[in-house]
Amino acid sequence: MAERMPLLEMQQITKVFPGVRALDDVTMQVHRGRIHAICGENGAGKSTLMKVLSGVYPHGTYEGRILFDGEEMHFTDIKSSEEKGIVIIHQELALIPELSITENIFLGSEVMRGVLIDWDQARWRAMDLLARVGLDVDPDTPVKQLGVGQQQLVEIAKALSKNVRLLILDEPTSALNEEDSANLLEIMRGLRARGITQIMISHKLGEIAEVSDSVTVIRDGKTVADYEVEEGHVDEDRIIRAMVGRPLDNRYPDWEPRIGNVLFEVEHWNTEHPTVPGRLVVKDASFHVREGEVVGFAGLMGAGRTELARSLFGRSYGNYLSGTMRIAGEPIRATTVSQAIDAGLAYVPEDRKTLGLNLLDDIKGTIVAANLQAITRHGLLQPEQEVDVAERFRKELRIKTASVDVGVATLSGGNQQKVVLAKWMYPEPRVLILDEPTRGIDVGAKFEIYKLIHALAEQGKAVIVISSELPEILGVCDRIYTICEGRITGDIAAKDADQETLMRRMTTTSSTEPAVPAPTA
Amino acid sequence: MRTLKQILGGNLQQYTMVLALIALIAVFHFTTDGRMLTPSNLQNLIAGNAYVLVLAIGMVMVIVVGHIDLSVGSVAGFVGMATAISASQYNFPWWAALLVGLLIGIIVGCWHGFWLAKMGIPGFITTLAGMMIFRGLVIWVSQSISKPVPSEFQIFGAGYLPEWGPAFTGMNNSTLLLGILALAWFVYAEVHRRQAALKRGVQSPLWVMLVRLGLMAIVIGTVTWLFGSGRPGTSFPIPGVILVVLVIIYHVITQRTRFGRHIYAVGGNRAAAALSGVNTNKIYFLVMANMSFLAAIAGILFVGRATAAGPSDGTMWELDAIAAVFIGGAAVSGGIGTVVGSMIGGLVMAVLNNGLMLMGVGADQTQVIKGLVLLAAVAFDVRNKNAGRPSLIGNLLRRKDATAPGKAEPEAALKA
Repeated sequence: MAERMPLLEMQQITKVFPGVRALDDVTMQVHRGRIHAICGENGAGKSTLMKVLSGVYPHGTYEGRILFDGEEMHFTDIKSSEEKGIVIIHQELALIPELSITENIFLGSEVMRGVLIDWDQARWRAMDLLARVGLDVDPDTPVKQLGVGQQQLVEIAKALSKNVRLLILDEPTSALNEEDSANLLEIMRGLRARGITQIMISHKLGEIAEVSDSVTVIRDGKTVADYEVEEGHVDEDRIIRAMVGRPLDNRYPDWEPRIGNVLFEVEHWNTEHPTVPGRLVVKDASFHVREGEVVGFAGLMGAGRTELARSLFGRSYGNYLSGTMRIAGEPIRATTVSQAIDAGLAYVPEDRKTLGLNLLDDIKGTIVAANLQAITRHGLLQPEQEVDVAERFRKELRIKTASVDVGVATLSGGNQQKVVLAKWMYPEPRVLILDEPTRGIDVGAKFEIYKLIHALAEQGKAVIVISSELPEILGVCDRIYTICEGRITGDIAAKDADQETLMRRMTTTSSTEPAVPAPTA
Repeated sequence: MRTLKQILGGNLQQYTMVLALIALIAVFHFTTDGRMLTPSNLQNLIAGNAYVLVLAIGMVMVIVVGHIDLSVGSVAGFVGMATAISASQYNFPWWAALLVGLLIGIIVGCWHGFWLAKMGIPGFITTLAGMMIFRGLVIWVSQSISKPVPSEFQIFGAGYLPEWGPAFTGMNNSTLLLGILALAWFVYAEVHRRQAALKRGVQSPLWVMLVRLGLMAIVIGTVTWLFGSGRPGTSFPIPGVILVVLVIIYHVITQRTRFGRHIYAVGGNRAAAALSGVNTNKIYFLVMANMSFLAAIAGILFVGRATAAGPSDGTMWELDAIAAVFIGGAAVSGGIGTVVGSMIGGLVMAVLNNGLMLMGVGADQTQVIKGLVLLAAVAFDVRNKNAGRPSLIGNLLRRKDATAPGKAEPEAALKA
């Protein structure tokens, strides 16, 4: 490929949301016929950048210029970017499961003959496209009968049908098993050989090493590193440093842990994906937490942290395959959430609004929701007691509200999170799993929640904190497990850990050696 | 204004629907030259609508969990017919026929619950099928012929409380006793409430309580007088008593038990409820089973009043019940709605029916007006929700403030 003008240039892109600078002066070049990787932590701004590029955020809602093929672009919507040959394949696939492959490929750009759809023509073209992505399936097959990996290939075929010049893949392998991932990377190399430029968003260093030609690292909305990859060799340390390199300021309370005996033990836990048979989301996980200990689970999104936690919590996620769980030495068999609660487990979910709260409920009703039997006398709930409990937690956790009678929907994120925590403190669990306990709340409330986590540990509880924010994990926990692709890849005392060692173990399944770069075809 | 607030307790807006009902009654009373608020008309109104209100009790629970039950009319008709046939063709004693009816209701409910909870078929489909199946069965087993029901059933459908005691009261003494009991319960609840408030240091002036009690005494007294002072032998109708008892039971179940909380939790956010230890499928199953059980009671009340079971009994009842629930402030998406609210919604429909009939408006126009009222009531509710304010009607009795246990019971008794 001639190293002429880059195919895509994004110059000084700045995108501001109310209160947040999601992108701050991002500049990036993608050269023709290459696979360009973009990596960065969750929330770093990768997706926002791609939405700017594809016209989801139309021209005028951001600052900066987009040059495609040397021409300045003013995309108004996805359609206008697709006309130029820029096609995005999202992390969540956008296929319609009930429709056939052919129908999906040509959805929105149907092959017409007069006013009618020319299905014969469409089928022939679909077969042709499927052959190009190496998918040997009848194009009349409904998409829902395909595996996730095959669906991804259909998405690519769909992109090819639009004469794609720049294909953007948003974490293309996050939902795939190893075999499908390898296959997909192979297809990507094939497309590159045919001159299709690609952008791959990923934080799996292994696959970046395998296929990409250049890398841009984004952190906190800024480009922090931008360099070429030499022949399948990636300087992982450099990427990791670039991804995490924000200064660690003093946003965490000091505390002296008083750690006792092992309270919570999990051994050889295996969980299968609920709808994709054979795909393990938790692979042979073994770990333990002691009394009074705060243990962090560090892993990138999709690594299986939440899945592990929910699978432990009454098997509320996936299909349990094998593994044992013990609390204070006693084996626990909790096949339902209420059994798990009775056994002394509590799980505070990562997504308050969709999993943690009934937004129609009031504060007091929410706080008692997981422990109604405690306020039940003679089969009837005791409203006075409910108010007493709610008031107690309101004072203890300093929930800012005029009254415990008001709806939880009226509270700020931090106060909602306190209400959810109160809900799970009220059943007096022995083991608390907090999944992203500070997501979407302000710094002040975060500090209070950290103190609360320590207070719970001081009561002798075993506390597990799942978080994508490494500084948070390092600042709050005593010991950290790293998880990558469903496997526990490391067990490090927080005082011995830093963000780079954690990120390395979070991005490579083998904790001793870096991912072996595969020779490029 | 503040005084009024103190007396009514909490949010004045909560009373919108009650006020609308009272206004409606007043308007009809005057436009019909006083024919609305007469003992015989009110007795008829209650006895003639009790079955729809019973259905609405179950329906609000179904709607709160986020489903709908279209089969209740067919189920009620089927149960009515089954009791009639077991009595008239198989010579079951009346009580056995009654038990057969209730049992069929429970079995049908389990059938619906099975398809919804175990097989994951949406309630709309499950009960649409049920609507066809049980309508077909009524016609099949009855061969399209009406069957008489045991005369004892008339007590449930159209009976009156016994006359006893001194005549100087000038009214039916059973009704008077009910009125006194309702008032006594209200006094007890108010005193208890004030004590609880004082105990936790909340201000609760004595005069507020006295004014509330005074107002309540007037309202309960009026209602008692209206129902009790009819021609000798009439009283507050027995179907009304059954209804009030059911309303109290189900109000307590929905507001004061774990099961009730779980219903709201599942309807408000199923995933969150499941992660709080609620067995969501069990809740679906029980709510559906209960709905058909109440449909059986409704069917029995109806055939008792009609003295016979007909093959088309129950047609379109589901829609009346659903309308009552939505006028009463329930949300289509689930999670919001109360038994007492639905009773008020049902009474709005009943009073409209009755008042328009007294005014001589034809059934066709009545239907149009009822449709418009349903639309207006729900539009009002939706607008309030969209405006970011909490839903007026939804808030109405959604969950009583904790310091007023049992506040709604006397209210319910009073409305019925």
